[in-house]
Amino acid sequence: MNATNQRQRWNLSIWAGFLFVVAGFLSYPFFIQFPATRDVPWVNFVLFAAGLVLLVIGLKRAFGQPATYRGKVFGPILTVLSLLVAGMFGYIVIFELRDLPASSGAPHVGLKAPAFTLTDQDDRPVSLGDLLSSPASTASTEKACAVLLIFYRGFW
Amino acid sequence: MRSFQLKLPEFWARGIRVVAISVDSPEINRGHRKKMGFSYTFLSDPKTETIRRYDLLHAGAGPKRTDIARPAEFLIDPTGTVRWVNLTENIGVRARPEQVLQAFDEHIHNTPAR
Repeated sequence: MNATNQRQRWNLSIWAGFLFVVAGFLSYPFFIQFPATRDVPWVNFVLFAAGLVLLVIGLKRAFGQPATYRGKVFGPILTVLSLLVAGMFGYIVIFELRDLPASSGAPHVGLKAPAFTLTDQDDRPVSLGDLLSSPASTASTEKACAVLLIFYRGFW
Repeated sequence: MRSFQLKLPEFWARGIRVVAISVDSPEINRGHRKKMGFSYTFLSDPKTETIRRYDLLHAGAGPKRTDIARPAEFLIDPTGTVRWVNLTENIGVRARPEQVLQAFDEHIHNTPAR
């Protein structure tokens, strides 16, 4: 029995797959720093997908060629753990992406936009009235035909 | 934000002033504008007064549970009237510049304010 075990090869695919899943989970605070990977954490999803593919390959080896590869015990354990981690991550991220306030009091079409005065990037105060009565760009001298307000989460 | 910068000539050609509003400080806006090459206006609402007035507060969603704005876009005509609104249901899905240009052409350009 011992002799057989020694001849079995380590099922690296399973361990690598598990590491990918763990990396996908732990790297979330890193990738959330960048706008391109924050709104949809696609890098994390790619890591999870790669990890699960490796786990499937590893399991196939463990059960298909048990004489050659180890992993009949730790393979299923790590796979279940990985599925739990990936599932929890997906649920939280997808749920939280949609966890937005109702904003039912936001100005509707046809209503006057609430007035404001805020500070611009050059520390100058700018009011909605200023925006509506000045040109759309420095290249123009005519008053703007419209103002587009883009509220966004910020880059902190 | 980047997509609007890329389409900025089309906004300016139509006379649309593009303005971004968030809780970021003028200093952060300055740095971010420079780094990303953004040339439209960035306004700073650190106390979320305007964000609250527009009912866009996303309480506790920022770093260290601070309050921030939820994503939203408003197109306002020269009389100060809202002519188009986009309130996303998913943070990952925002208004595309093409959508806003189309809204302008449909709701403002064809019915100029008197």
